Amino acid sequence: MKPTNEYVEHAAGYVDNEGPKIVTGRFVHEDSHRMRRYQVTGGYQGLRAALARRPSEVHQEVNNAALLGRGGAGFPAGRKWGFLPPGRFPYYLVVNGDESEPGTYKDRLLMERDPHQLIEGCAICCYAAGVQQCFLYVRGEMALAQERIAGALNEAYAAGYLGHNICGSEFSCDVVLTIGAGAYIVGEETALIESLEGNRGMPRLKPPYFPAAIGLYGQPTIVNNVETLSNLPWLMRNGADHYKTHGSAQSPGTRMFAVSGHVNRPGVYEVEHGVVTFRELIYGDNFCRGIPAGRELKTFIPGGGSAPWFFPEHLNLPLEAGPVTAAGSMLGSGAIVVMDDTVDVVKAAHRLVRFFAHESCGKCTPCREGTSWEEQILARILEGEGRPSDIDLLLDIADNISPGPYPVASDVDRGLDAVPFPPRQTTICPLGPSSVAPIVSSIRRFRHEYDAKITRRDKIPVVAEPIGVTR
Amino acid sequence: MTDLGARRETVLLVVDGNEVHAGETELLIDACERTGTYIPRFCHHPRMKPVGMCRMCLVEVDVGRGRSLQPSCMVTVADNMQVYTDSELTRKAQDGVLEFLLANHPLDCPVCDKGGECPLQDQTMAYGPGESRFVESKRHFEKPIPISDTVYLDRERCILCDRCTRFADQVAGDPLIHFMDRGYYTEVNTYPDEPFSSYFSGNTVQICPVGALTAKPYRFKARPWDLAETVSTAWVDAVGSRITVQSSRNKVLRLLGIDADPVNRGWLSDKERFAFEALNSDQRITGPLRRSAQTGDLEPVGWGDAMAYVASLLADINPERVAVIGGARLTNESQYAWAKLAKGVIGTDHVDAQLDDGLPAELVLGLPRATINEACQPGGTILLLGPDPKEDLGALYLRLRHAILNDDVTLIELTPHGGGLSGIAAHSLHPVPGELAALAAALVAAIGDPGPTPAFNATRVPASAIAAAAAAVHGPVTVVLGRASIADSAQGVIEAALALNELADVKFLSALRRGNVHGALDAGLAPGLLPGRTTLEMGADRFGEHWNAIPSATGLDTAQILAASAAGLVDVLILLGSDPLNDFRDRAEAQAGLAGASTVIAVDILPNDSTRGFADVVLAAAGPTEVDGTFTNLEGRVSVSCRRVDPPGTARPDWMIAAMIAESLGADLGVDSVAALRDELYAVSTVHRSLNEQTLTGELINGVLISGPGDIGLPEVTEATIPVKDAYSLRLVATRRMYDGGTLVAHSPASAGLVCTMQLRLNPTDFAKLGVQPATMVRLVSLKGALTTPVFPDGGVPAGSAVIPAFVPGSPANQLINASTHVTDVRVERL
Repeated sequence: MKPTNEYVEHAAGYVDNEGPKIVTGRFVHEDSHRMRRYQVTGGYQGLRAALARRPSEVHQEVNNAALLGRGGAGFPAGRKWGFLPPGRFPYYLVVNGDESEPGTYKDRLLMERDPHQLIEGCAICCYAAGVQQCFLYVRGEMALAQERIAGALNEAYAAGYLGHNICGSEFSCDVVLTIGAGAYIVGEETALIESLEGNRGMPRLKPPYFPAAIGLYGQPTIVNNVETLSNLPWLMRNGADHYKTHGSAQSPGTRMFAVSGHVNRPGVYEVEHGVVTFRELIYGDNFCRGIPAGRELKTFIPGGGSAPWFFPEHLNLPLEAGPVTAAGSMLGSGAIVVMDDTVDVVKAAHRLVRFFAHESCGKCTPCREGTSWEEQILARILEGEGRPSDIDLLLDIADNISPGPYPVASDVDRGLDAVPFPPRQTTICPLGPSSVAPIVSSIRRFRHEYDAKITRRDKIPVVAEPIGVTR
Repeated sequence: MTDLGARRETVLLVVDGNEVHAGETELLIDACERTGTYIPRFCHHPRMKPVGMCRMCLVEVDVGRGRSLQPSCMVTVADNMQVYTDSELTRKAQDGVLEFLLANHPLDCPVCDKGGECPLQDQTMAYGPGESRFVESKRHFEKPIPISDTVYLDRERCILCDRCTRFADQVAGDPLIHFMDRGYYTEVNTYPDEPFSSYFSGNTVQICPVGALTAKPYRFKARPWDLAETVSTAWVDAVGSRITVQSSRNKVLRLLGIDADPVNRGWLSDKERFAFEALNSDQRITGPLRRSAQTGDLEPVGWGDAMAYVASLLADINPERVAVIGGARLTNESQYAWAKLAKGVIGTDHVDAQLDDGLPAELVLGLPRATINEACQPGGTILLLGPDPKEDLGALYLRLRHAILNDDVTLIELTPHGGGLSGIAAHSLHPVPGELAALAAALVAAIGDPGPTPAFNATRVPASAIAAAAAAVHGPVTVVLGRASIADSAQGVIEAALALNELADVKFLSALRRGNVHGALDAGLAPGLLPGRTTLEMGADRFGEHWNAIPSATGLDTAQILAASAAGLVDVLILLGSDPLNDFRDRAEAQAGLAGASTVIAVDILPNDSTRGFADVVLAAAGPTEVDGTFTNLEGRVSVSCRRVDPPGTARPDWMIAAMIAESLGADLGVDSVAALRDELYAVSTVHRSLNEQTLTGELINGVLISGPGDIGLPEVTEATIPVKDAYSLRLVATRRMYDGGTLVAHSPASAGLVCTMQLRLNPTDFAKLGVQPATMVRLVSLKGALTTPVFPDGGVPAGSAVIPAFVPGSPANQLINASTHVTDVRVERL
């Protein structure tokens, strides 16, 4: 079907642009979530192809394709599966569908529009890694995704693609749908495992709790992102060699990017990995078509709310983990937030920090106390009560959460070099350090805006109920 | 947590440039502390699993992949590990964490009970920036809120270290306090209508690193720098937990647990922790009392008058007509003095420290004895044939629970009903009263012959369950042996113990509950015994040097004394800190015995029903924190028990009262101090030979284990015939609760509100036959008496049994029990 290069009405936010389609190919069909449609569009052929081969061969195929994890860290999926210690059965597969990074909404579309593709991916992964039990953890707020996955699971069980002796083979596998309770931190894999076990969603310490060694119920566990697994059916149908014809050498295949903010056509795009640049994505006709009313780009976040910010001089970087990391940020979960010259960066930083302060689980001290302290200082500055010492205080609090130079983009005008990703942390998980990204990024580039606020003491309404009120 | 037991120091790491040897599984924070480098911490506790939450113990660690900040409480030592505990990055991180902790901390140190002994305060002095940059408004919560009858929570002070919540969940097994909400609003709290009603809640107060948890008895009572403290031993039960007694202005204000590895490992039950309140009670007997001929009331008299009266009673008396009941409250030294007075001076052998709720001394001393550590050794099996440790021996319960959960120890219960450990027991066999001996014999047979399961056994416990339990027995076996129920005689336990003694590699850990009862047995406060685990016959030669005389024949035990007294055969009955009316298992018999004695002399610290009703003279005794001495716990471990405050009024140590009575009789005990008593005991006793002042002070924390049966042989017991239960009856089980009508509990304000209420629990099938709703009031009738009680179904009760608490104030179970029968049959009547 020829791409329309328009929004797809029934897939809210998805733009059916030109280019190869690996995971979003069915989105244009209104009934893409039904087994009927799935089967006539190559559905479960990947699983059948996998079952015709030995598990180790399937694993090798994924290794050959160099399929990178799409959850944020970008770790090769095949290598992750290889970390399971041999013989310590049972293994578990946990699918991280707790997508809640600010700006990210690609996994939701995959789960709503093509749940069978995800389920088939789960089955292939289980077959390759020797797993018989898979848990699909879907974020609590995503009601439609939960409903669609539940329906698809029923269809898949009825059709014999899950359960005992799948497609007449020796392979049996169960997939269980679990619904989260709405906490950002549960997107962190160890917190997700805690939540699955019925505990408070709080991260575990690594070491010793690497999921591959001590995961769900203490057993070796693979935690993969929805988009990562959704690549597997196509990969098994078409083979690693074909897969690698798309994208760059280091980052084969395609990736979904969710663009939001000040662009003419925000939305989710399936983009060739490592080939397209930020400039093409934001300004290209095939993609977001530039910034409204011809205004100037001020800054953009390349990988979701936890990523350090990029500036106009970074537009020519490719959408690929390596170069972005070296430039001081991360591609993360594929969420690009574009801010034009009308944006008040202090307010933007405050809004992001407030998110992290609100979502901090409270387990470790620097994150629990540090994020809310930062939020309170930023709110105070916005309310016209800032102090000149506040800026250095913010940076020092940031340093106490994430010691040492924090990852930040280069600043050519001031002759400042980039600090490559990732940050160091005094916390258990990366949530605390994530809250630092908007602060360090905005202060380094726009310190004068902070100074102006502190000097002029303009009162800018913040939010109705700031964190830190008495209960 | 680091295994504090056997450790081979095989790992070599470098801490701040110095080579340090550490054990293979040792945590970095522990290895550093042991070798002199203290790393600050809040959440880490050596007796609990690490969580790495507070982040205060971050240090730079390099294991070959470059230096990075790691929480030292979560990192296990490794060879060639480079650790930098004082680097710039480490200090910056620690200062930062401390500033974060203080940001929302109220800094109300001047009015905080923890001020002066507060880890947060101390570490703020040692680390931290010294000045706060936090100008925002602090987090506020309602404060303080009671989370149980004894513990208050101040959430503003809380630094969320997870110590109390971990303790409640991992150590005590009462997960009743939790983290709630998240991030900035995270708090520790209880759920509505689920208070932190744990027998061990006081431990959370002790391990709280700030003043967030405070206990009612100590709130606003003193400042830490005003407290004087002494290492001592807890006295309310026989575990002998090691404590520090802290006092101010001659008043005991607080007890804290000490980490004695072989005993309580820092933990205490709340009863042990808060029992000192009873000693501060205004009901204390502060001087001698004598019953007035005019009013019939006990009225104060001088010591001279009291002693003259006692002397007039005892002078030239036929020793066969004098009896002594009690003595488990006393220190070892006082027990020896009383044994010498009763047996050597007065010449009676009718002396019994137990009130027919324990086991014969020959059994306790004659069986091969285990220590707590031996019972808890990894890979072993524990047979629980006694009371529920959670109710009776709190600190022992925590040790057993830890071993079962963490050290692969298998627990098999042979108890009359489910209890605190049932949830983690591998097998729970609940015999109906009277069937315990047969059950133990069947178990021993099944262990010896793992062949096909016999179709029949002499108990109502299924043979398959016995076979399964037998198959689970592995490694060294420890039998925790005590009297679970006061409704049946000791006969079943004795027979069962002797049967289990046939197992290979078996040892016994006594679970007698009453304070220093093991010291009393060692001091000879039992019929037929002399101090030092010897008998009247065997010890006769040895005691001649120090004692004037020795009784010629074995005397009566408590049940026999009371029967004799009821028959008019006792002229002087001495209650040595005992309350037979409530403690003896047959109330009518106790009443008759007390009434039948011509004169009753009580030696006690607090009034009780027996002294109020029957004592002619009461001699005021000093309490456990008011005398120097030693205590012998259920393992036979002797530890010091120290005087911290003065006795109230003119109350005197028990040994001094014994010496005064001897003197008034014209005799001389030959001892004028605790040290002299100690020396004499250690001289006449063969088992106490390893003890002296040096060993006691040298092992101040762990105490000294005295072992060996001395001259005691196992009792010879003939099988008793248990009467057959008729179809309409149930067999009564009366078990102890931690908070019952006991004198100490009744006089402790912190515990008085927690006293158990009467409830009858039946197996669901028996309950269904009643045809009533749960909590319906019914009448429980035996041949001796009756009481009304609400009735509840309970799956942990075997069919045919009726379970009630042993001592609920107002409706004591002993009014139903006949001490002369082996079992008590009752009927349940609808009202």
